[in-house]
Amino acid sequence: MKQKTPGSTGIVMEEPLLFEQGSKGRIGYSLPASDVPAMDPKTVLGQNLVREDIEGFPELSEGEVMRHFTRLSQWNYGVDTGFYPLGSCTMKYNPKINEETCRLRGFTNSHPGYPEDMVQGSLELMAGLEAMLAEIAGMDAVTLQPAAGAHGELTGLMLVRACLADRGQKRRKVLVPDSAHGTNPASSALCGYEIVEVKSGPDGYLLPEAVEAAMTEEVAALMVTNPNTIGIFERHIHEIAKIVHAKGGFMYADGANMNALVGVARPGDMGFDLIQYNLHKTFSTPHGGGGPGSGPVAVKSVLAPYLPVPRIVKKDEGWRFNWNEPKSIGKTKGFYGNFGIMVRAYTYLRELGQENIRKVSEMAVLNANYVRSSLKEIYHLPYATDSMHEVVFSDKFQQERGVSTMDIAKRLLDLGFHAPTVYFPLVVHAAMMIEPTETESRESCDSFIEALKQIDAETKENAAAFHDYPQKAFRRRLDDTAAARKPILRWRPGM
Amino acid sequence: MRYIPHTEQDVREMLDVIGVGSVAELFRSIPESFRLNRPLNLPNALSEAELFAELRRLSEKNRVCGFTSFVGAGIYDHYAPAMVDHILRRSEFYTAYTPYQPEVSQGTLQALFEYQTLISQLMEMDVTNASMYDGATGCTEAVLMARRMQRKRSRVLMARNVHPEFRRVTRTYMTNFLNELDDVGFDATGRLDRADLAKKLNDETACVVVGHPNYFGVLEDLDELAKIVHEAGALLVVTFSEPVAYGILPGPGRAGADIVTGEGQSFLGAMNFGGPSLGIFCTREANVRQMPGRVCGVTTDADGRRGFVLTLSTREQHIRREKATSNICTNQGLCALSATVFLALMGRNGLRRLAELNLAKAEYLKNELKKVKGVELAFSGPTFNEFVVKTSHKPAADIRCDLYGKNLLAGVDLREDYPELGSHLLLCVTESHSRRQIDELVAAFAS
Repeated sequence: MKQKTPGSTGIVMEEPLLFEQGSKGRIGYSLPASDVPAMDPKTVLGQNLVREDIEGFPELSEGEVMRHFTRLSQWNYGVDTGFYPLGSCTMKYNPKINEETCRLRGFTNSHPGYPEDMVQGSLELMAGLEAMLAEIAGMDAVTLQPAAGAHGELTGLMLVRACLADRGQKRRKVLVPDSAHGTNPASSALCGYEIVEVKSGPDGYLLPEAVEAAMTEEVAALMVTNPNTIGIFERHIHEIAKIVHAKGGFMYADGANMNALVGVARPGDMGFDLIQYNLHKTFSTPHGGGGPGSGPVAVKSVLAPYLPVPRIVKKDEGWRFNWNEPKSIGKTKGFYGNFGIMVRAYTYLRELGQENIRKVSEMAVLNANYVRSSLKEIYHLPYATDSMHEVVFSDKFQQERGVSTMDIAKRLLDLGFHAPTVYFPLVVHAAMMIEPTETESRESCDSFIEALKQIDAETKENAAAFHDYPQKAFRRRLDDTAAARKPILRWRPGM
Repeated sequence: MRYIPHTEQDVREMLDVIGVGSVAELFRSIPESFRLNRPLNLPNALSEAELFAELRRLSEKNRVCGFTSFVGAGIYDHYAPAMVDHILRRSEFYTAYTPYQPEVSQGTLQALFEYQTLISQLMEMDVTNASMYDGATGCTEAVLMARRMQRKRSRVLMARNVHPEFRRVTRTYMTNFLNELDDVGFDATGRLDRADLAKKLNDETACVVVGHPNYFGVLEDLDELAKIVHEAGALLVVTFSEPVAYGILPGPGRAGADIVTGEGQSFLGAMNFGGPSLGIFCTREANVRQMPGRVCGVTTDADGRRGFVLTLSTREQHIRREKATSNICTNQGLCALSATVFLALMGRNGLRRLAELNLAKAEYLKNELKKVKGVELAFSGPTFNEFVVKTSHKPAADIRCDLYGKNLLAGVDLREDYPELGSHLLLCVTESHSRRQIDELVAAFAS
């Protein structure tokens, strides 16, 4: 079904799929002529290894391709467009200098298989990043190998599993709070663990009694996000750590919410044994529409022998990769990790420096509390407990007029904001989780607050209109049910 | 600090609204004993010019010119057109979140749908997901998926000539059930040893994993393999690390592959020291509900206009939690976009031409090296842009060392990963090599 051009508003254009345009013989490439003897693939490889054609591939000029993707970009909302109050995602500003440093030729043109002598810059950067991440978390050793947070969680659990196996213990369970991100139980399952859910207390944080009741010598670890996904600091963490450690278990920190703590407090000082970071959250690397991210894992020395290989070490002759770690779990990703992302995070940390890192968490927490105080009379606040860098509301008041969190989210799109995280965490019914991050100005927060106040007023005046939002976005509400019922996951001729 | 907008006045006024006297009070829920009373031990802050100078200084400690590299082995030196980066630098793409609010993310989603289509067309498979982290984890997830699908069978046969990184990562993920993983050897052709396969293939085999091209650059006979594997009731998983090959090769889907997965870095135009990468993952329509990772589908909006959404989310962690097909959340979205732009520019004819250039140059090196005394081809099977040579007049390791002194990186020494290949080098040639550079390598081998 080809859309008609031109645009819906004049500047934002409709644009068909690549496969619905172009013309036979049109080209967009520029390749050199061959300077070696001609060869026929069929002769060299045999008939069966040569395809006649790449059926369906487009034939477009460079200009058509440029216009195509330019138009597509104009349908997207990004952090550079406006406020992205997504709780637990830390959608902070992505510094542009990072985009320059990661493109330095010395970094982009390095092959992971080059001799170490040729890549001393990359090794020094990685070692430097490891050191900073260890210091920030209060840990002793770091691996940069995992490609994303979930990958880091899995890697971390594998470290725990290996350490316990080394002690002759084969524990089968992992404790996960009911407020946990879905990746926590998923990663645990992938690591072969049975998940035992621990219920949060009535004030939003874990109670030692609940952990005590669940903690046995069958439990390998307790996975905690701190502050948790409700934005609340786990105030009993010290006692909880003692309970878990007393039975020989490990304290795992999901570092997704480190933006509340950097420079102020360190998971390693609270009793955590390991933590995975999300560089694409706390450390400003761009979200990319779904990655690439990076999920380094920082550990206390007890877990260091199990870290993935290779480790980076300094020798007299320079930086080296050390593959000789007999207790290592092996590798969880090809090569060394998402290096291009490491360069961005390293650049960010070198820009912030010792002097500024604390301001990140301080202003992140200030912004979240400002939003909370400004809206708490108008939106239902399920927990009176202090919020840190994010605040969770529910749609309880607005539901009385028939308007849901989903409807509120869609109306926000019309008003020029990305919606907050919705329907997560599961412990809050119809949650709306708002994390402004420190890079939003006071005016930006005010503007968001005004929008939510306006929306509330609208629910009183015209609740029915809410089912039709958004009205102004490039597309109106999309039919998820139809998409899943009869999935069409690629273009085919005649579509 | 330029990324943090708050002035002293802002802070005061905001604290007033909140009703506390200081920022420190906002951290009162953190027990005193945990609060840091010293600055973190980090380097001092740098201004932008200083910062850039420092990063440039680091980058210049990497040696990236003044030599010719013939190293491939899973990461390839291909040229990406200038236009690709112009698109990647559009912040509507790179600063966007995962498209969970599809109405304001149609750019990401349509591009994703196009990516899924292009890869499906290239691999001749029904469906492609939005990406895995890389080829190695893609291979791993393919194995896990095959085991899930084959409920009564759990054994995995993995060819030794599948990329060693893929095998290492798969082994790590399978730590608790390594006894269910078996290697299958290779023969003089460089392909899977059929006799060894026949010995090990039985009614407990969930899947057989092969490379095409494999780590040695050799191409399998997929039709034959598919027949053997399917007759035994197992699934065929085809892996690759050089997708440019598919500009010429038929997609593995044509032979009946059940899962096709591999490394898409070749489409990204930069080596980046091995990451970010692009895990390509395809399967048949019937298997889609067992497929890991995000996937984008087409639908309509309230006005009946075509639009795109992430779909089949009930497979994923945020819905199914411990019962999800994978734990993957953030994938390699911007890399998938990068590949899409690249493939759109290459188009139907360009990718074929690019592949032919690679093949021709590699064949040229191959043929010239065959003339050099003491150098022979290790395997007789057909290859794409990589192949293995065996040196007899001098150990490969020494030759590699000598050539390094002449600013030539003569591929990868296979000894580490294949002890029985004691004097073998894996050489890669792409369109980036000139005839003169290839001649230089040959001359260096000859001397």
